[in-house]
Amino acid sequence: MLDIMKYFTLKEMKKSLVISIWFMILTFPIMVIKVNTIENTVVWRWASLLGMGIGSFIMATLWRYLLERKNMKSPLSTKKTLQMRVVEWANENPKVKPIALIAVSIFVLSFPFFSGLYQTSIMTTALMYVVLGLGLNIVVGLGGLLHLGYAAFYAVGAYTYALLNYHFGLSFWICLPIGAGLATIMGILLAIPVLRLRGDYLAIVTLGFGEVIRIVLENWNQFSFGPSGIAQIPRPGFFGMSMNLQTATTYIYFIMIAMVIFTIFVVRRLENSRIGRTWVAMREDEIASESMGIDITKSKITTFALGAFWAGMVGVVFAAKTTFINPASFTLWESVMILCVVVIGGMGSIVGVVVGAMILILMPEYLRAFSEYRMLIFGAMLVIMMVFRPGGIISNIRKKYKFEPAQAAKNADKEGVR
Amino acid sequence: MDLQYFFELFVGGLTKGSIYALIALGYTMVYGIIKLINFAHGEIYMIGAFTALIIASALSFTGMNPVLIFLISTILAIIFSASYGVTMEKIAYKPLRGSQRLSGLISAIGMSMFLQNYVLLAQTSDFLPFPNLIPEFKFLEPVKSLISPSGFIILVTTAIVMILLTYLIKFTKTGKAMRATSQDPKMSQLLGINISKVITMTFIIGSSTAALGGVLISTHIGQLNFYIGFITGIKAFVAAVLGGIGSIPGAVLGSFVLAWTESFGTGYISSDYEDVFAFLFLIIILIFRPSGILGRPENKKV
Amino acid sequence: MKRLFAVLLIVLLAGSLAFAGGDQEGGSIKIAVAGPHSGDLASYGLPTVKAAEILVEKVNAAGGLLGLQVELVIEDDVCKPEVATNTAAKLVGEKVVAVIGHICSGATKAAMGIYNDSGILAISPSATNPGLTQSGDYPNFFRTIAPDDAQAALEVAFALDTLGLSKFAVLHDKGDYGKGLADFAKLYLEEDSRAEVVLFEGVTPGAVDYTAVINKINNSGAEAVIFGGYHPEASKLISQMKKRAMDIPFISDDGVKDNTFIKVAGEYAEGVYASGPMDTATNAITILATKEHQEKYGEEPGAFYLNAYAAVLALFNAIEVSGATDYESLTNALRTSYVETTLGKIKFDAKGDAEGVGFSMYQVQNGEYIELK
Repeated sequence: MLDIMKYFTLKEMKKSLVISIWFMILTFPIMVIKVNTIENTVVWRWASLLGMGIGSFIMATLWRYLLERKNMKSPLSTKKTLQMRVVEWANENPKVKPIALIAVSIFVLSFPFFSGLYQTSIMTTALMYVVLGLGLNIVVGLGGLLHLGYAAFYAVGAYTYALLNYHFGLSFWICLPIGAGLATIMGILLAIPVLRLRGDYLAIVTLGFGEVIRIVLENWNQFSFGPSGIAQIPRPGFFGMSMNLQTATTYIYFIMIAMVIFTIFVVRRLENSRIGRTWVAMREDEIASESMGIDITKSKITTFALGAFWAGMVGVVFAAKTTFINPASFTLWESVMILCVVVIGGMGSIVGVVVGAMILILMPEYLRAFSEYRMLIFGAMLVIMMVFRPGGIISNIRKKYKFEPAQAAKNADKEGVR
Repeated sequence: MDLQYFFELFVGGLTKGSIYALIALGYTMVYGIIKLINFAHGEIYMIGAFTALIIASALSFTGMNPVLIFLISTILAIIFSASYGVTMEKIAYKPLRGSQRLSGLISAIGMSMFLQNYVLLAQTSDFLPFPNLIPEFKFLEPVKSLISPSGFIILVTTAIVMILLTYLIKFTKTGKAMRATSQDPKMSQLLGINISKVITMTFIIGSSTAALGGVLISTHIGQLNFYIGFITGIKAFVAAVLGGIGSIPGAVLGSFVLAWTESFGTGYISSDYEDVFAFLFLIIILIFRPSGILGRPENKKV
Repeated sequence: MKRLFAVLLIVLLAGSLAFAGGDQEGGSIKIAVAGPHSGDLASYGLPTVKAAEILVEKVNAAGGLLGLQVELVIEDDVCKPEVATNTAAKLVGEKVVAVIGHICSGATKAAMGIYNDSGILAISPSATNPGLTQSGDYPNFFRTIAPDDAQAALEVAFALDTLGLSKFAVLHDKGDYGKGLADFAKLYLEEDSRAEVVLFEGVTPGAVDYTAVINKINNSGAEAVIFGGYHPEASKLISQMKKRAMDIPFISDDGVKDNTFIKVAGEYAEGVYASGPMDTATNAITILATKEHQEKYGEEPGAFYLNAYAAVLALFNAIEVSGATDYESLTNALRTSYVETTLGKIKFDAKGDAEGVGFSMYQVQNGEYIELK
């Protein structure tokens, strides 16, 4: 076991001191000098230099301690991680699962009734990102294709509902499948030209695709009303009932709950299906899987199409929830956030994506208490999470088929082989 | 008139291309060595520009010669940015070596957000004017409508930086180590190359060019705020990929091609769709040359 | 199924976190400030926060309003509609009386629906989209800035009647503010037989170089540029134009009529026209507001500071005049009672636009905006 006290010896303190001096020098111009070229004044803020020094001293000590602790857990160590222990514990106590399931369902179902408008609203947003993350997970996590233009499909869904409703008065429930369908078609259209690209070249082309869609929406006033956007999009209806804000928000929350369950169900099925295994094979090695008879073209197109499907669907809900859309909601930044959800949570793992979405979307909201330091902390958290859990919070445990010689021999005897 | 117009657009594209190239060089070098899309590279560029602004304004109260101020602040900006680059690598990328590549990307995104907000909080959210410290050049007077002094400086600097970098990569020991590392990090480690040192060196060089770019571009535009790094960074990244990421001449060529596409697209069609032309062109190029214009095709191995 | 269990645990955890912050009761009047306080548009949102902080501090020091202290609730919306709805829901939960904001028209539209359902009014210092007041969809919306169409009409009239120009290049920054304004300017120019729009283009905000667009303006033979957008792009455009020895009138809007523009563009700003609220230089409250900002923050106020200052003053006045903080009395007071602000003596009309905000054209002369009478 590593002792934190070790870090208070003279040698280690010296190390931390060197680091803190380095940081004091490094941040000197930006932290200490504040010039105002408009006013032509210079303010010297020596206090922040001192703060920086002390802060980085503590951080350096903590950082090295944690890093060493992380490195001690080598992949060969038999020490179980918390995640493994939880899973095992749950397996050993079969009664736990149904109880937990019931408890959680009660919590989830009653959430909007005791938590208030704001909590319901942000939880709905988080749920939307769960579905988006699961959708992108198909492309990135299972298919292994880095996609930086996912927000474009999201935009397709949102604009489908907004425009169809504006021009033809179509309702939310009719637009939901249309939005998802159109996004799927867009996914196929994108997949075809990029079939030959790999890795980061693919990333940049998808990034470009996302930007192209956004810029077109921004400039084509006759079609999309340009940057001023479309307002007064109706919230989803329930047999023509009129709802006040609270009920409507709760209603959208439940729509999203249903959608999350549906998505998890479908994605789990897909994962273990023939298509899903094709994707994983493609991710692991394109050429090898192709030589095993997998149609790479087809499987690439299906990943893009099925990934886009969910984005289109959530896009429709998005338009209905915000009641206003403009192209500013579908920037590259949005695609990056969804990618963060997938990677932070743990690529390829459904639970991971759910956790990732909850953390990434709820964290900035709860960080509002820090007001202007919000995004600073958020950025730092991304780095810290990746440094200490590079595989994501919940890493995907692949299904393993254990070969046990004794058991195998017994089986062989029984069957009278040889 | 029409030829004149064409020429104006051409020269405009040349300046813009040099701007992109200065930043794309750093992108491409880092990518070449550690295969990481360094999203925070644009932030290093921003910090370089900010540092230069701070130092230049602090010095300008002493009544120093503007050219001297410009030189001192540029050199200090380069030193500080290089330090930022190295520190960033030690904190956010080094612990991630050996894990999946996407983790590095997210870490870079986090770093980018952190640095942006760090400057926002420590300095200001407002746009600040960047002092014009570049003297007027007499010999540019006849072509004043074509190119400004700052544009000229950018062009010349890019050319010099590119020549120096090419020399460094091709003929020095460090350069050889870099090339070896980018081809096969494991093998080069076995051959006694200190990979950590090579990576540090790459970040120093990449960040320095970014800082140089930051100072020159801010002088050219005359203003900056904490957010300038993001968009420029993305553009430079596109340029680097277009030319074939990992290749230094590729980054420069890609930057010029991108800038000309934008310049002529704007000039002859519409600037509303400036970025659309750039991206469509990129997609078309990549369809025919999936590894960029000068990129070496990846060796597919099973 | 195993892992479903872990998910549910996390959900529970997140839920319990949600209740960490409880509501506080107290005898105070809560006023919210919402707008972008981080991200690329932060520089348009933060001055409003500063205006509110200065005024709230002042009013609290003087004993508060109606004998109650005023409490400020500051929330970030990053100028994004989807975040703005969450921000709005949070403010509803905080039981604020009124909102100063939002800053961007898009975010404002997304948030207004929620405020409307909850009986909260909003006064925006900067959301200029005409639909916000003219559509009648947002009865709880007020603003202390002129809508796009009014500003565009003034700019066009000035360019045609006063300057007597006929060929125009209309530029915008592709944003909801700039493009909305440019669209109206184009419309009014096309309606007038004297004018011709030779170029209508959007420039990409944040781009490093506008040379191509400037070449195009040069080539189009435009006699003047009408620009819709904010000062960073305007100063980039004007300085690159002047560096290329292109000296044609540059006419712009409230987003450019900002002292930061002159400081950033320096000598190149000389001669630029911009529309803005009347008489701000001689108005005693305006001078005081600027001085207070300089004392507290040590710098010149930023974008929309004066509009925000006026919005807060109007709100304070409405609370004092009506003696209540409910929606009905406040909207009523805002619509009936005149108040002295940084923008002049104003009240709001039935739609929510400020009445009494005179608009006039300004020109940069010797490093200062001078009102053209």
